[in-house]
This record gives sequence, structure tokens and C-alpha cells, in this order.
Amino acid sequence: MLTFIFKRLGLALLVALTVSFISFSLLFLSGDPAAALAGETASGEDVEALRRLYGFDRPMLVQYAEWLFSALRGDFGESYYFKLPVASLIAERLQVTMTLGLCGILFALVTAVPLGVIAAIRPNSLIDRLALFLSVAGQAMPSFWFGLILIVVFAIQLGWLPPSGAATWRHFIMPTIVLGYYAMPAIMRLTRAGMLDVLNSDFIRTARAKGAGETRVLFKHALRNAIIPVVSLAAVQMGFMLGGSIVVESVFALHGAGYLAWESIARNDLPTVQALILVFSMFYIVFTFLADVLNAWLDPRMRSA
Amino acid sequence: MTKSLLSVKNLSLDIPTGSGMLHAVRGIDFTLKRGETLSIVGESGSGKSLTSLAVMGLLGKSIRRAADEIRFDDVDLLSANKRVMRDLRGNRMAMIFQEPMTSLNPAYTIGDQLMEALLLHRKVSRAQARARAVELLEKVGITAAESRLSQYPHQLSGGLRQRVMIAMSLMCEPDLLIADEPTTALDVTIQAQILRLLVDLTREMNMAMILITHDLGVVARVADKVAVMYAGELVETGPATEVFAAPSHPYTRGLLRCIPQPGKTARGAPLGTIAGIVPSLVGEVAGCAFRTRCPHASAACREPIPMRGDPSHEFRCVFADGALSEEGEIA
Amino acid sequence: MTDVMDPLAAEIHGPSPRQLLKARALSHKGLIFGMVVVLLLVLVAILAPVLAPHDPYSQSLMKRMVPPVFMGGSWEHPLGTDHLGRDYLSRLIYGARVSLMIGAIAALISGVIGTAMGVAAGYFGGKVDAVVTFLINVRLAMPVVLVALAVVAILGGSLTVVICVLGLLLWDRFAVVMRASTLQISRRDYVAAAQVIGASTPRILLTEIMPNVFNNLIVIVTLEMAHAILLEAALSFLGLGVQPPTPSWGLMVSEGKNMMLFEPWLVLIPGAVLFVLVLAINLMGDGLRDVTAPEGRS
Repeated sequence: MLTFIFKRLGLALLVALTVSFISFSLLFLSGDPAAALAGETASGEDVEALRRLYGFDRPMLVQYAEWLFSALRGDFGESYYFKLPVASLIAERLQVTMTLGLCGILFALVTAVPLGVIAAIRPNSLIDRLALFLSVAGQAMPSFWFGLILIVVFAIQLGWLPPSGAATWRHFIMPTIVLGYYAMPAIMRLTRAGMLDVLNSDFIRTARAKGAGETRVLFKHALRNAIIPVVSLAAVQMGFMLGGSIVVESVFALHGAGYLAWESIARNDLPTVQALILVFSMFYIVFTFLADVLNAWLDPRMRSA
Repeated sequence: MTKSLLSVKNLSLDIPTGSGMLHAVRGIDFTLKRGETLSIVGESGSGKSLTSLAVMGLLGKSIRRAADEIRFDDVDLLSANKRVMRDLRGNRMAMIFQEPMTSLNPAYTIGDQLMEALLLHRKVSRAQARARAVELLEKVGITAAESRLSQYPHQLSGGLRQRVMIAMSLMCEPDLLIADEPTTALDVTIQAQILRLLVDLTREMNMAMILITHDLGVVARVADKVAVMYAGELVETGPATEVFAAPSHPYTRGLLRCIPQPGKTARGAPLGTIAGIVPSLVGEVAGCAFRTRCPHASAACREPIPMRGDPSHEFRCVFADGALSEEGEIA
Repeated sequence: MTDVMDPLAAEIHGPSPRQLLKARALSHKGLIFGMVVVLLLVLVAILAPVLAPHDPYSQSLMKRMVPPVFMGGSWEHPLGTDHLGRDYLSRLIYGARVSLMIGAIAALISGVIGTAMGVAAGYFGGKVDAVVTFLINVRLAMPVVLVALAVVAILGGSLTVVICVLGLLLWDRFAVVMRASTLQISRRDYVAAAQVIGASTPRILLTEIMPNVFNNLIVIVTLEMAHAILLEAALSFLGLGVQPPTPSWGLMVSEGKNMMLFEPWLVLIPGAVLFVLVLAINLMGDGLRDVTAPEGRS
């Protein structure tokens, strides 16, 4: 188990490095960071001076290496726009995004898992078809549209919820739903498929032959086995939540890391963008790693391997 | 005469399929006394497993069950509700299955699963359940029983898992054990051990057993009574020794010709075969199901066939002597 | 035995595999609905010049914010006009072109890339597989929306840029599924047989592997097309996708956002058509999967 963890960690690190390198080179394409820094009114000489000052005239690999070593020490440079250290900027914004992400995945699990279990108990019934239809419909709905509809209905027409901002817990309800619903279909389908599969297993027949009631068979015997891949799927989906947060945070004007990403890109704030790409990918890597570990831990067959 | 423990009369099982109704089991009768071992013999698809599942009430939702009577001791199993059946299963009637590799839950320890079998039906403490689990593991011949309790199924071999299954089925001291091909998936040497174990246990606990198998060799060693099934029908029943010595139905004779029998099979002589394949049981099925492969079949075989012979040894054939006169001595 | 055929001895005949497939396809409601809707929208896109009542680009300052016919407007502009006086219905119709084109071409590009990588990894194994798997992991770790936004911001938001960016980013599922399918097929006996008789690698890939992974490929193509369409809509909504004046449904939602309070249809309609298109494509993809591999169902 330990070698497994170390191998995965090493791989994860390599992936993170590659991602940061690719994104650095992509941003390097953006033309002239010196011009962006100097602003529109600067003269050619000023831009040139800035270029030499910040070292933008050096070869890309050198610049990347310098960025990387600083990053390893936690220094991601200074935001062109905010004139603040990028690291603290992101750290502050992350709170909102992490809260949103966690609520989103919890919402998805709490709705999708029971639905999947019920659909599996009564395959091809009305509830099963409804659940499947909802999952297909859910995957087809553009998240920004869904968010706007919710705002129109619940904030404007009904006035139950606030349309934007992040002041109270009520502000998080709609964003949570919009962020979470996209993960629901996959979780529901996996739960359903897993349960159907497990319910056909021999050991379920054994449990019934022992005289166990249906509830016990369903939860203690079947779900315990079927849920294993679902847990790791949820962890992976959590990793994707950050990407989805960009749209959700813009629609609901929540000042989290996703919103910061959109702002920084629109403003050509390269250090922030570069750092955010790394942070987002690190989250994905961490959560998929967690997914693997959870998977191995929940399944006794893999634990002792 | 003591009342039988299990009585099944005219059991039929139908399965709706896309191309019509499959008459998987048609008109089965058998009885079982306490401490008696009945072996149901037949090839794949003969309906023997379905019959045992029907008794236990473990049939799939789509299978339709009909019978004149299915009685276990004083309980009418036909009309019993789910609660009654749950109380009986694992408690007074137990069942073990063919695939030990997949019959145990991979997510829980052996100990957990053993104890559950007892705790479901008896109000005892976990410590008491644990002690009984150890006791039974030792009884089925598993060494280091205490440490085994915390092991997971995947850490045990097939033979060990089957022993655990047997131990699990005995936790509540059932009156009846149904064993559906318990040794088919195991190595030959292990097979003999498991069978020996089952025989010893049934004798020791005065437990009735229904042993389902396609292996005639197993039957000879273990059973008091034999019921031979073919394509959903019971073609011959009777005491094991009699059925082996004087098989009355052409199918039974065909089966026995397929295996070498010491003293009867001549050295170098070819073993018999039964030509043909099992018929489709979808749609109207009347008459003797074996007629498509029986060398003595006639037009009369399409009509409903009566049971012949005396109540202790019956067989179903148009010929009063089971076409024995047409064949002469068995080779 | 008599002359009359004994019903018990009758042979069991069944329909051929092709007939079974056809029967399954025709009775699969989701597949039929999906295909019909997609075909309808493709027709709308192709026939846009004929169907649209006006030029989607022509602005008219005098006719700004004309209400739709159900809110007191006229049939000249059935869905009203937008803030620049352009006919809304026409923009909606031409928007179908943008979505479908982006979806199809991006799916094609990513399909070619991903399939090549996946099949190579599955068939050749070893170092090739290791490299491809690593690349897939890198791609999966990259936040797609973020990177797409950044690249579009750098290179400017045109149709071409958006298509290329999406095409170069969405190949991961192709690679994963094609790799898995190819691994499975490569181990089959008929591939070994072809190798033994000396068939060349390209020939084996073409005649043995591709026909058998084709089913999976089609399903993934539809799913990634839907994915691309949704992504483009999101990018355009955020202002970093297709740029005005090009009519993109995502852009139209963004443009309507500010007037959402009083004219909610500006936001509802383009989103609804997006939803219907993506739903139809997904139903098609799921239907294809169900029909070609029914064992995967309950």
C-alpha cells in the first residue's frame, strides 16, 4: 500500500510540473507582458526598460525555472492589477470557492445516491425512468442558463433568495445547486449501475438465504459494495468543481477563486492566471489521488494487496 | 408413520420469456423425513436448482410458482408471508450454493458474516455469537478458527470458503439443509472431504439434507433417497440403493450407462451416451419430455404419462416396465 | 415416430444479429427522438438563409428593443429585436450554425487526435502506452475552462480560434475509451491470427481493430460534440468565446442578461434551444450505446 502511495505521489508531481510548464509556455505566447504592465500610455522606451527590469527578455526556460523555484517557496509573484502578492490573493478567494465546492458535492451526493438506489430496486419503473431522464436532462443544461433561470424564478419573481453576493448562507443555496447538479447524473448512474450489478451477486443471495430482511440486504450488504466506485467518482468530480466554479461565480457574483480567474484573464494579469492554473490543477490532482486512496481503503481486497 | 419434515406436491414453475412461457418445472412431488438425505439428480437445465429455490422462497420476481402443497413441518410455505419466510431462512431451513468464491460478501470479515447468521435469529450477545462461530469453524475442520474470524473472504481458498459457508448455514442448527451442487466448483480431492463433512454433520445433528447434483458418484455415497429430474420433470424417485441396482426409467438407465460401474462395466467396453439435446420447454409441453432422445419412444409418449411402480419407488413411463424388456440386461 | 413433426423436437430459430440491431434501434424512443431533433436542427442550420426573416447582422437604431409578437409586437419581428435592432429570430436561427459547426468540427479534431493516441496506446502498449497515459493525466489535470479562456484571451475570440482550442483540449475521453477498447480487442484471437499470417500493422489496425471499436467511437463523438457545444456557449457567455456580432446562443444569453428583469425571454430562449440541442445529442449518444451494447443496460 505504501509503495502504491509513493508511486502515485511521484506521478502526481510530474503531472503538476508538466501542467505548469504548458500553461507557462501558453501565457508566454501572449505577446508582451511588459506592455501589459506598462499600460497603454507608456512609451516604447518605458516598455523596454520594464522588460529588462522584470527579465522578460530572457529565454523562456530561464523564466520558467525562476518562476518554479519561487512558486515552490510559496511566492507566486505580484498581481499586475491588484499590486498584491498573488499567493495571498488566491488564498483569500479560495475560501469561498472551497465552501461552494464542498456544498456542491454534498448536494450532489445527497440527491443522487438515494435516487440511484431507488432506481436500482425498481428498474424500468416510473421512478427509474424519471431518474434517468433527469440525469440526461441535467447533463444537457448549460450551467449559466440554469443559474440565470434560478435567479429569475427564486430571486426576482418569488423573492425567496438573494440574487448575488456571498454574505449569508442563503447566498450559497442557488450557487450550490448550480454547481452540484452537474455532478449528479454521473453519480446517480454509477450508483444505479453498481447496485444493479451487486444485487445480482451470489453473496446477496446468500444474505437472503440467511434470513436477512430486504432493508438489511440493500444497505448493509449491497450498498456497502456498490458505493466504493461512487466515492472515488465523487472525489474526482470534486476536482472538476473548480473549473465549474468560474461560470457559477460569475453568474452569482461570488468573489471566489473562479471569479478571480475570469477577472485576471480579462485583465491580462499573467502571474495570477499562471498561479491559478497551477492551483486548480493541484486540486484536481489531490482529489483524484484521494479518490484512489479511498477506493483502495474501502475495498478490503485492495487493502491487503 | 412419522410425519415428513418437508412435503412438496405438484410443484410447477413457469418463467415468462420473450418467445412464450417457459415451463421450467412441471408437477414435481417429493417428501423428506427428519435426518433423511434426498439427492436430486439431473443435468443442467433440468430444473433442480429452481426447485430448491422454490422451497426456500428465493425465486426471482418474474418466476411463477404453483403447487398443491409445499409444507415444512407445520408451516405452509405456499401461503407464508415474507416475515415468516425470513424467520425460517437461515434458521430452520438453510441453503448453501455452488460458487464458494462469490457467495461471501467481500466487504465484511468471515466473523462478521458468521455472527450475522446467528444474530439475525437469536437474541444472544456478540460474544456468544463469536464463540459459536469459532465452535462451528472448528466443527467444519478449519484450524486456527479464532484468527480466521478477522479474515476476509478473498484471503481464503475455495475449499475453505465452502467450509465457511457450511459453518454459516449451521449457526442456528437448522432442521433442513439444502446443498445446491456444493462440490462442483472444487478440486476432486476437496470434493471428497466436503462430502464427508456434510454426511458426518447431518448424522450428528439429525439434520435432513437435500443434495442437488449432476454427479451420480456423489449420490451413491451420500443419499438415502434419489429423485431423478429431466427437463423439469421427475422421472424416477426411490431409495438410492434400489434406483442404482434396478433403474426403471430409460433416462436413469442411460445416465448409469454413462459412468463406469465396478463389477458391471466390462474392461475396454465403450461407455454409453444419450444422443440428442434437451428440448425447448417454451410453449405447450405435453407428454414425456424424454421422448426426443429415448430409443423406445412411440406416439403414446405424447400423452400425459402416469407414474408407475410402488409408492416407495416410482417412475414415469408409458411402458409398465420402463421399456426394460426392449433393452434386456443393462450393459 | 410418426410423420407429423413433434413440437418438442422443433429447432429454435431466431432473428439475425442485424435484424435484432435494427429492431432495437427502431424501438429505442430516446434514440429516435434524439436523431429527429438533431436532424431538424441541422436542417434549420443549413436552410438558415431561407428560414430567417432578416439578416442577423443588420442593425437598426430605430428598431431597438422591439418586443416579441406575444408581448405586443408585430409578426415582422416575431421574437422582437435586440439592443442593436437586430432581428432576434434570425439570430437564433443562424446561431444554430455556430453551435453545430463548432460542435462537429471540434469533435472531429479531438476525435482524430484522441483516437490516434488511444488506439496506438492500446495496440502497441509498452512505452507508447506509458507516454499516452501520462499525457492523458496531464490533460485531465488541466482546468479546461480556465485554459480555454486564457488562450482565447491571448489569441482573440474568433470562430476558428474557439474551434481549434476546443478541438485540442477535448480529446481525453476519446483517448481513454479508444485505448480501453483497443486493449480489449487486441487480445482477441482474430487479431493474433492476423498477426501470425503476417498482416502489416496498418492493415491490422484498419481491418481488425477499427471496425470493432467503431461503436464506442460513435458514442463518444456524440458526447464530445455536446460537450464542445456547451463549452463554447459558456465561453461566449463569459465574453471570451465567439465575439459579437457573430450570433452565438451563449453570447445571446449574455447579451440578454442585463435586461433579464423585464424581458426574461431574452435569456430563456437561447438557453432553451441550447438545452434541446444538447439533450437531443446526448439522447442519441446514449441510445447508440444502448442499441449496440444492450448488455450494459439493466
